[in-house]
Amino acid sequence: MEQYELWKALLRQGTDLPFWQDFYVKFYQAFFENNRWQQYLKGVGTTLWVTALALALGIVLGILVAVVRSAHDQQRPGRKNPVLSAVNGLCRVYVTVIRGTPMMVQLLIMGMVIFASSRDFTSVGALTLGINSGAYVSEIIRGGLMALDPGQAEASRSLGMNYVDTMRFVVIPQAFKAILPALGNEFIMLLKDTSLITYIGGKELLYAAQGIYGRTYEAMYPLLITAFMYLILVVIFTWLQGILERRLRQSDRR
Amino acid sequence: MIDVKHLSKSFGDHLVLDDISEQICPGDKVVIIGPSGSGKSTFLRSLNLLESPSGGTITFDGVVITDPKTDIDAVRRKMGMVFQHFNLFPNMTILKNITLAPVRTGLMKQAQAEELAMSLLKRVGLEEKASAYPNQLSGGQKQRIAIVRALAMNPQVMLFDEPTSALDPEMVGEVLAVMKELAKGGMTMVVVTHEMGFAREVGSRILFMDQGKILEQGPPEAVFGNPQHPRLKDFLSKVL
Repeated sequence: MEQYELWKALLRQGTDLPFWQDFYVKFYQAFFENNRWQQYLKGVGTTLWVTALALALGIVLGILVAVVRSAHDQQRPGRKNPVLSAVNGLCRVYVTVIRGTPMMVQLLIMGMVIFASSRDFTSVGALTLGINSGAYVSEIIRGGLMALDPGQAEASRSLGMNYVDTMRFVVIPQAFKAILPALGNEFIMLLKDTSLITYIGGKELLYAAQGIYGRTYEAMYPLLITAFMYLILVVIFTWLQGILERRLRQSDRR
Repeated sequence: MIDVKHLSKSFGDHLVLDDISEQICPGDKVVIIGPSGSGKSTFLRSLNLLESPSGGTITFDGVVITDPKTDIDAVRRKMGMVFQHFNLFPNMTILKNITLAPVRTGLMKQAQAEELAMSLLKRVGLEEKASAYPNQLSGGQKQRIAIVRALAMNPQVMLFDEPTSALDPEMVGEVLAVMKELAKGGMTMVVVTHEMGFAREVGSRILFMDQGKILEQGPPEAVFGNPQHPRLKDFLSKVL
């Protein structure tokens, strides 16, 4: 401790310290001083919470949009449902607008225009991320539905099962297995994109780091720590995804 | 039983089925032969509306199934279909493949469906495969399972869409044997196939299709023994 105070004082005076002393002081300052690690952990907690909310919203929106769009594409000619066509149009506008505008702009619009009076920036951020993710997830799911051999749905329908049962028991379980890598990718993007909500005042991991280097005037270590934490999170989730994929591959064994 | 009137189907400008009228009676074993692209598969798939016709009507058991207001799922429950590529559900065990539809459509309870499935599997000699997954089976086994799956719905008619075309030659026999047994049992069958031996032996009526039309039809002895239409003569000279 005394060493730390001594070195810190030396650094303040502009003395050049050996690398490891310099590292020790700055890292200690960035992580341990004033229990700053708690701020990072709180930030990680918020990051995970925002990711979970956004993911849940994204998947619900994604499934809805994907099912509406593929159901619309599969209608029998002469049996077009006008309601379905209208909802399909709406879904297409949603996907076009969300995919056609930058995430950052969407966040700023949501945080500073639509929800300008809200103080709960974290929730606004989660909502925005969820809406954004839904558009991408819907295209991933739609891809999975289209990639499945149409013979599977045909076989199911030829047995007299209706559209909903066919989707539920035959198409979606198989499509889900096929799109899992892409969904995992989207999940990882989402996890990292939560850092963007810092810009509308969402209190997640990067926000904590910014708060810390705002006080210490040392940006390198807080940012490296933040990067490392994101990396750890992503590695953990990639590992979990691998386990899930292996479990789903059960029926592939020969 | 199935009454087809002026059925036509086109994909864009391409006319695949050209004003086909045909009747299939209970107990018939109709075998449809013809060159590739002649519309025979499309015709078969129109019978349970996997292809929606561009014109004409199809009546099944007095129900006009081409009417948009018809509940097509209810009609399909009475028509079994077997596909060229089997189309078993790879994410389920064989038993589940067979019992899923009867249970989900409310035809029977799970236990009842499983009992039926096991007895049908026994009939085709595959009862020990009940808990296997489709990817663990050979092509011939898959196709026999696919037939069982369709039979589990107690259909009134079975449609076969080139059931042996995707099989290794040595597995064709086992599938045809199951189909022959089915025919002997009195099942109404419509079969699209390139197996001329099967057509001759099992068919009660042969339809020869080309360019979306039925060019010639009759009992197998007449169609194979004494073909009239030059296109049929030409076709038979190449395949026999």
